[in-house]
Amino acid sequence: MQHWITLPIMLPLCTGVALIFMARAHLDAKRAVSLISALLSIPVTAVLLIQAGAGEYQVYAVGNWQPPYGIALVLDRFAAMMLMMTSILGLLALLYGIRSDDKGGRNYHALFHFQLMGLQGAFLTGDLFNLFVFFEITLISSYGLLMHGAGPERTRASLHYVILNLAGSALFLIGVGTLYGVLGTLNLADLAIRISEVAPEDAPLVLAAGLILLVVFGLKAAMLPLYFWLPNAYSSASPSVASLFAIMTKLGIYSILRVHGLLFGPEAGVLENAISTWLWPIALLTMIFGAIGVLGARTLKRVVSYLVIVSVGTVLAIVATDDLATWSGGLYYLIHSTFITAALFLLADIISNQRGQAKDYLKPAQPLRQPRLLGSIFFIAAVSVAGLPPLSGFISKASILQASAGSSFAPALWLILLAAGLITLVSMSRAGSTIFWSHSDDSNEGTRRADKTKLGVALLLLLVSPLMTVYGEALLSYCQATAEQLRDTSGYIDAVMPIRLSEEL
Amino acid sequence: MLLSLILLPFIGSLLPLLAAHKGRTVCSWLTAAPPACALLLLLSTAPAVFQGELLTIRWDWIPALGLNIGFRLDGLAFLFALLILAIGLLVILYGHYYLSAKDSHGRFFSLLLLFMGAMMGVVTADNLLLMVVFWELTSLSSFLLIGFWGHRRDARRGARMALTVTGGGGLALLAGVMVIGHIVGSFELSDVLAAGDILREHHLYPVALVLVLLGVFTKSAQFPFHFWLPHAMSAPTPVSAYLHSATMVKAGVFLLARLYPALSGTELWFIMLSLVGLSTMTLGAVVALFKHDLKGLLAYSTISHLGLIVLLFGLDTQLAVVAALFHTVNHATFKASLFMSAGIVDHETGSRDIRLLSGLRHYMPITAALGLIAAAAMAGVPLMNGFLSTEMFLGEAIEQRVLGGWSWLIPAVAVFAKVFSVAYALRFIHSVFFGPKPGPLPKQPHEPPFFMRAPIVILVVLCLAVGMLPALIVGPLLSVAAASTTQTILPQYTLEIWHGFNLPLALSVLAMVLGVFLYSQRHRLFNLWNRLPPLSAPDVFEFILHSILVQGSRRITKLLESGHPQNYLLILFLFTIALAGAALLQLPSLHGGVSMTAIDFPSLAIAMTMIVAALGTAILHRNRLTALLFLSVVGLGVALVFARFSAPDLVLTQLSVEVVSIILLMLILFLLPRQNQRDSSVQRLWRDAVVAGVGGLSLGILTFAILTRPLDSISKFFLAESVSGGGGTNVVNVVLVDFRGFDTFGEITVLAIAAIGIFGLLDGMRLFNPRHLGHHYAKDRHPMLLSVLNMPLLPLALMVSLYIFMRGHNLPGGGFIAGLITAIALILQYLTNGLNWTNERLNDNFHPLVASGVMIAGLTAMGSWFFGMPLLTTAHTHVHLPVLGEIPLATAMVFDLGVYLTVVGATLVILENLGKLKPFTSQPTTEP
Repeated sequence: MQHWITLPIMLPLCTGVALIFMARAHLDAKRAVSLISALLSIPVTAVLLIQAGAGEYQVYAVGNWQPPYGIALVLDRFAAMMLMMTSILGLLALLYGIRSDDKGGRNYHALFHFQLMGLQGAFLTGDLFNLFVFFEITLISSYGLLMHGAGPERTRASLHYVILNLAGSALFLIGVGTLYGVLGTLNLADLAIRISEVAPEDAPLVLAAGLILLVVFGLKAAMLPLYFWLPNAYSSASPSVASLFAIMTKLGIYSILRVHGLLFGPEAGVLENAISTWLWPIALLTMIFGAIGVLGARTLKRVVSYLVIVSVGTVLAIVATDDLATWSGGLYYLIHSTFITAALFLLADIISNQRGQAKDYLKPAQPLRQPRLLGSIFFIAAVSVAGLPPLSGFISKASILQASAGSSFAPALWLILLAAGLITLVSMSRAGSTIFWSHSDDSNEGTRRADKTKLGVALLLLLVSPLMTVYGEALLSYCQATAEQLRDTSGYIDAVMPIRLSEEL
Repeated sequence: MLLSLILLPFIGSLLPLLAAHKGRTVCSWLTAAPPACALLLLLSTAPAVFQGELLTIRWDWIPALGLNIGFRLDGLAFLFALLILAIGLLVILYGHYYLSAKDSHGRFFSLLLLFMGAMMGVVTADNLLLMVVFWELTSLSSFLLIGFWGHRRDARRGARMALTVTGGGGLALLAGVMVIGHIVGSFELSDVLAAGDILREHHLYPVALVLVLLGVFTKSAQFPFHFWLPHAMSAPTPVSAYLHSATMVKAGVFLLARLYPALSGTELWFIMLSLVGLSTMTLGAVVALFKHDLKGLLAYSTISHLGLIVLLFGLDTQLAVVAALFHTVNHATFKASLFMSAGIVDHETGSRDIRLLSGLRHYMPITAALGLIAAAAMAGVPLMNGFLSTEMFLGEAIEQRVLGGWSWLIPAVAVFAKVFSVAYALRFIHSVFFGPKPGPLPKQPHEPPFFMRAPIVILVVLCLAVGMLPALIVGPLLSVAAASTTQTILPQYTLEIWHGFNLPLALSVLAMVLGVFLYSQRHRLFNLWNRLPPLSAPDVFEFILHSILVQGSRRITKLLESGHPQNYLLILFLFTIALAGAALLQLPSLHGGVSMTAIDFPSLAIAMTMIVAALGTAILHRNRLTALLFLSVVGLGVALVFARFSAPDLVLTQLSVEVVSIILLMLILFLLPRQNQRDSSVQRLWRDAVVAGVGGLSLGILTFAILTRPLDSISKFFLAESVSGGGGTNVVNVVLVDFRGFDTFGEITVLAIAAIGIFGLLDGMRLFNPRHLGHHYAKDRHPMLLSVLNMPLLPLALMVSLYIFMRGHNLPGGGFIAGLITAIALILQYLTNGLNWTNERLNDNFHPLVASGVMIAGLTAMGSWFFGMPLLTTAHTHVHLPVLGEIPLATAMVFDLGVYLTVVGATLVILENLGKLKPFTSQPTTEP
């Protein structure tokens, strides 16, 4: 059981390798292997979720080299939560993908699993350079997936994506190099210890490295002014890929919470919360510009892409508050926004397929083949994403508002959060009424009913929202415990570096 | 039981959908059943409620949030629940006849019941947050109801506008409730109502009040948020009768009543409510007179009456609350019946335009009589219910002292508004039902079916009954509702038709007389009105939304997202420089104290070469081949730097990486024009030069600051442990395959992914023939000399790479470098002998090679599990073999073999795919 923690990385890796061997095999064989692996990852991560739920840290020294010298994998509640989300989203996106997306090339399934491996590894690692490695894995496989199926639009968007992210990788190395150059270590816990003891005259260098890393993670998370690549990339990607990518921006957010939360957290001495001061205005502006994008978007997929950016801004703003109670609402929101945007990407694809030439453009077109069904589903999704009751969007919004009530940062956060909600509501009602009510002609010849599996997957993703509402209490208390654990950076440090503990004793 | 009261409509909303195919009648009966049951249930609680009991139920939902499922039934809730269920039933009956065969009955009734359930939730919720949940549900379901005829543009626009305004108000309400919850520490109604004094004294009280009132004003269509209501009239008439007269718009009023003990009693409360109420009442009454659309007239009349009710809540007398509730009931009865009458007129004549309609009493005398009575109630004619509550209102308006010295303004404006309300009521009746017979209408008018009229009859009878026997019919209900609203003992009041001659009566009579006069002068007024610029709320709304907000957003988006990666990169770098620069500016001293080594000639020479080569790359980038050569010089410079600082492993790696990447880049250049045609403007060149310069300088400063600081790093551990723990004397290699083997493992995975990614990108790609791009190549594709020389090179190179691989653990070398050397040797074969020749001798499918590399590394890594050790734990030993002597063996070498294979495989996959690219040519080429 002690090696279980490596399974979220090793399982998709082995699957990916097997699938490369099978590159020329029949597609059905690849699908079977791929699906079985994605299914297995659910119990794999569920076990970890249960283990982490007890509140203990699990530290796994790869190569049996103890931290800070070797690479350590660290499991806590937050990591387990992200792992679970990834495996659920991965399975569902894959189920959607096997209905058509995977026909565009030989290595869709291999890339898909490498993508999962990169994400899971990044969530598990406790080492800054190793995080870089997993960033590279996600980057290169996401590039492969983005391009998958080709087409000029897709190729162009993914080229922009990879160019920017390669520059981001270079910056990542500069940031890591700076930290190593000043502090002489790479393990996150050890870095945190050394930052707490850093000489004041060296602190600006550490801060500079922190800010460079903020840029890197911010690029991945798509915060202002680094999100400009996202709408094109996400809206032109194959639907299953776009929906999986709902968690890619969360990787950036995860890294900020993990790295900056630890390095510039309550233990950081002179540098305590040094990053939040920068993050706060950036995050609020991200929300505003994301909302502007939502309002101006011409296609449904772009609306969803900008909703992703709004959600990124929201989570980052909450991160920047450094407020424990608000964080727990923010974590709930993170789960909600991931699944709802993923569902919306799939839904946008299903709708687009029934509108002929008009695709997902927000203009009158032929009536849909299944207007009632899709209309109802869209309505529910819109309600959830706009933060209206009774779905998870409302619960998360209410929880954020409630936690932050009375605090000094509340006015700005509330105003922008609620305004963004209103803009989402307006945009979704415009989009919905145009797509479902406004028709250019009466015939819907040539369109087919939605594929049952695809529809089922979209519904399953959407189902997360009401489930999150029904089990709101349990989930919120998990988020609360997660936030507490995240904020308790000394607990993390002591778990990874027990020697420091004994030294102090 | 309380729960089933709420759940019945929600569950019931499924019935019409399920029964849709069973025909309209079955569908309607099934729709009516749940509210009927709920109504009976409600009435069965009457004895308890009328004795002042408070019925509650409660379950935990999300206690962490303070959100619980709790319902309460007190006098206030009972009053509103009665309105919602009773009028709801009448509307269902009416709707059964109103909807045409084309409309989907199932969908309509389902939405109607959904709305009913949401409304029931609003009025019975015992938790403020839960109330917000239902509040927003009413907005959502009303959106779908207004947009029921979604194929019509006005319906879509009306629905969107209503949702935007009421939904936005709902968000404000949510914020307001959150502030209240923050102050009180609970969302439970009992706690909140008991905390009135705490609330009023808290410094956030004004925030909470304004936010809550925003919710109230938007929902109850108060000025300046009233504009959505008239356009919600594009909904089917049963919807208007239900939502826009009796229920949804009353939700705001209900909230005022509900939170009366908690929020009322302050200067701010009185001022805001009285001013908003007063202006809404007046505006609504005036505009109503000028509306030619029957439903438009009724909509503005509704706005006016809602203003009146809001105003009543803003008066500082206790009786005003009684009057407000009384008028709420009265308005619901007469306005619902008037909407239904208007719907009948529309249904039976095909028109709602007052200018076209006339003398309809000849065709539908009963409807005319019913309309007459209801309109009289609306105008406040004695013997009707409307008279009683407006009298009470006028009485309180005279009594109040809300506006200090300006308090006389309220009764004065009230009379002014009442004049108009008498006039528009007259217009509704006189212009439609009286006068000469109408001109040609879309349909020949006639009486509607008996049961379509039945709801109106019931409502009108109620208007009369309440008007004549108020104390008997509504007295108890009103007192119990008012008592639970104010949570205090009410002062004495009497509900009687006749109060004697007093000031309110005099004012009423005055308003009647003036109203009749005003109506007689209506044509002059219409002329005046027509001179005003026409202003349509949906047009303005859509203009603001679409032309200003949406277009503006598009402009901003377009500005930000140029679609040029150059711009994105520029922003990325500027942003990084700004952030890192801001931090670096805080450095007290750049120099950290470590003394610098003297500059020697080789270092200087290398540095200068690199600078020149880098500049050359940038300057000559348009001549791609030359730029590439310069770039390779930079790479070689890096290798020299490594050599200068004694890092032979890095030198070997850098050199071989450099060779491979330059060759691959050359292959790509073959497909591109030799010259980059587009030239950047001078300004842009300068801009880029400055940014690049500043960026480089910042990085230099950063590096300098780091390098001049003393370092205490974990690398000492690696040096100490390399032999004993890693079994190798080459620390670099031990770090790569052991200490940080997991990183290497990740990186070879990256390489493998890159290989299959590039394969995916290039597989089947057709490109333009690069011949058109102006290249001139040597005719001899595979020079003899090169291939002859190359033949013996391959085994030699393989030998070298084997050697490098084997010694890697102890001396400079290792799997990565060995892999690159092998790859280079194989690349040479491709270059000299061509793709086909080489592929005949090698397998052309390198996927398995790549995969097996990663697999070997992975299996080695996982092998340690079987010894109970963590992933990638290595073991090492020394084996003594005859002849060869002592050979160090480490499991890390197997891992390194995986690295080797992956590197070879990935390079070959990439190369093979680049070389295989088939340029697209329209004509056959004349190649040998």
